[in-house]
Amino acid sequence: MENRLLDQQLDLLRDKILLLGGTTEAALHRAMQSLTERDSELAKKVMDEDRIIDQMELEIDRLSVEILALQKPAAHDLRFVISVAKITPILERIADHAGSIAEAAIKINQEPQLKNYIDMPLMAEIAAEMLRTALDAFTSEDAAVSREVILRDQKIDECYHRVFDELIRIMINNPQAATCAAHLMFVAKHLERIGDYVKDICELNVYLREAAFIKHSPNQ
Amino acid sequence: MQSKISISNLDFYYGKTQALFDISMEIPERQVVAFIGPSGCGKSTFLRTLNRMNDTIPIARAEGVVKIDGENIYAPGTDVVALRRKVGMVFQKSNPFPKSIFENVAYGIRINGLHKNKADLQERVEKALRDAALLNEVKDRLNSSAFGLSGGQQQRLCIARALAVQPEVILMDEPASALDPIATQKIEELVVELKKQYSIVIVTHNMQQASRVSDKTAFFMLGKLIEFNPTQKMFTNPDERLTEDYITGRFG
Repeated sequence: MENRLLDQQLDLLRDKILLLGGTTEAALHRAMQSLTERDSELAKKVMDEDRIIDQMELEIDRLSVEILALQKPAAHDLRFVISVAKITPILERIADHAGSIAEAAIKINQEPQLKNYIDMPLMAEIAAEMLRTALDAFTSEDAAVSREVILRDQKIDECYHRVFDELIRIMINNPQAATCAAHLMFVAKHLERIGDYVKDICELNVYLREAAFIKHSPNQ
Repeated sequence: MQSKISISNLDFYYGKTQALFDISMEIPERQVVAFIGPSGCGKSTFLRTLNRMNDTIPIARAEGVVKIDGENIYAPGTDVVALRRKVGMVFQKSNPFPKSIFENVAYGIRINGLHKNKADLQERVEKALRDAALLNEVKDRLNSSAFGLSGGQQQRLCIARALAVQPEVILMDEPASALDPIATQKIEELVVELKKQYSIVIVTHNMQQASRVSDKTAFFMLGKLIEFNPTQKMFTNPDERLTEDYITGRFG
C-alpha cells in the first residue's frame, strides 16, 4: 500500500518549489541583464514580478503547514517538507536581492557607464551558476554536489573584495562617479549575499539527503 | 545509560509456530521504550515475555535469555509472582476489580504484605493514586465503585494498581488505544512522568504516541526486530528501509 495522498502532496510541494527556484533564477538573470545592457524597462519588470514570487512563497508555506498538520510526515518525507519550508524563504530573499539589483540598475543606468562594471558580471555568473546547481542538487538530492557548491561561495567573496577595492579607488580618483560607484557597491553586496544564501540552500540539501545539520559546523 | 532488561537471542513459539526470532535488545533503566509494528508482528508477544505472562498459555515456549538486573527470569526456580511484582503490566482494556477505588489499589499491597498498618495502607494507596495522576479526581470517593470512573480514569486506576506494589518496570500494552484524545494525553503525560522512577515499555499502534513519549523505539515485523534506535532517529532518519516504509505509511 502506498501512501498516495501524502505522495501527491509532496509531489505538488516539489513542483511548487522548483517553480519558485526557476522564477528566482530568472529574476536574478534579468536583473543583471538590466544592469549590463542598461535596460531600465527590464529592471522595472523584475521589480514588479517580485510580487509573484512573494505569492509563491505564501502558497508553499501554506502547503507545508498543511502537510505537517494533516499528514504527519516522518523520516525522509519529514526532512523533505522541512527542507522545502526552509529553502522557500531563502529563495524569496534571493529574489528580493534580484529586485534590489534591478532597482539599483535603474539608478545606475541614468549615470555614465563605468568600465564594464569590473568583476560584477563574473560575480553574477558564479552566483547564478551556484543557484542553478544548488536547485539541481535539491532535485536529485545530491549531497556531494551541494558540498562542492558551498565551496564555490569563496570565489564570490574574492570577487566581492576585488570589486569593493576597485570601486573605492574609483570613488577616490573620480568623485563625479561616486554615486554610480556607490550603487554598484550595493549591487556587489547583493550578489555576495546571494552566494551566502545559495550556501544555505546547499546545507539544507545535505540535511535532506543525510539528516545531518552541517550549518555552523566547522567541518562541513 | 544502564541496562535494566537484557534480552539475548530470544525465540518464542506457540506450539510449532515460531512467533519471535532471535531477538536481542537492551532496555535501558528509567527510560521509555516503545514497540511498534504491524498487527501480528510479535510486539505484544515480546512484551509478555518480559514478565513471563505467556506462561499462562500452555503451548507457549520461550528459548533464549531475558535478564532483569542481571538475573535470568527464565532460569529454573524463578519466583514468577515476585517477577510480576517487579515487572508490572497495564493492558489495552482497563480491567478494574468489581470493588471500590480504594480496594482496587489496596489489593496488591495487602496480598504482598507491603503495609505495616492501616494508616500505612491508606498512605500507600494514596501515593499510588497520586503517582498515577488520579488522586485529585477521586479523593472524595475512594470508597465508590471503580466502575463509576471514566475509561481514562479506569486506565489510570490500573496504573495506580500496578504502581502500588512498587514495581521497577512497567509494561504497557496499548494502554491508550481505547481512550479519547484528552484521556490519551493524560496517559502520555503520566508515562513521561513515571519514567523518572520506572523503566517503561509500551506497545502502541499509534506512531505519534511512540514518537511523543518514548526515548527509544523498536520496530518489529514478522516476529523479527528490524530496528531499535533512539526515537528521534527512528522518526527522522531510520537506518532500515523497512522502518522508513512503515512509519511513512508506504508499508505493503
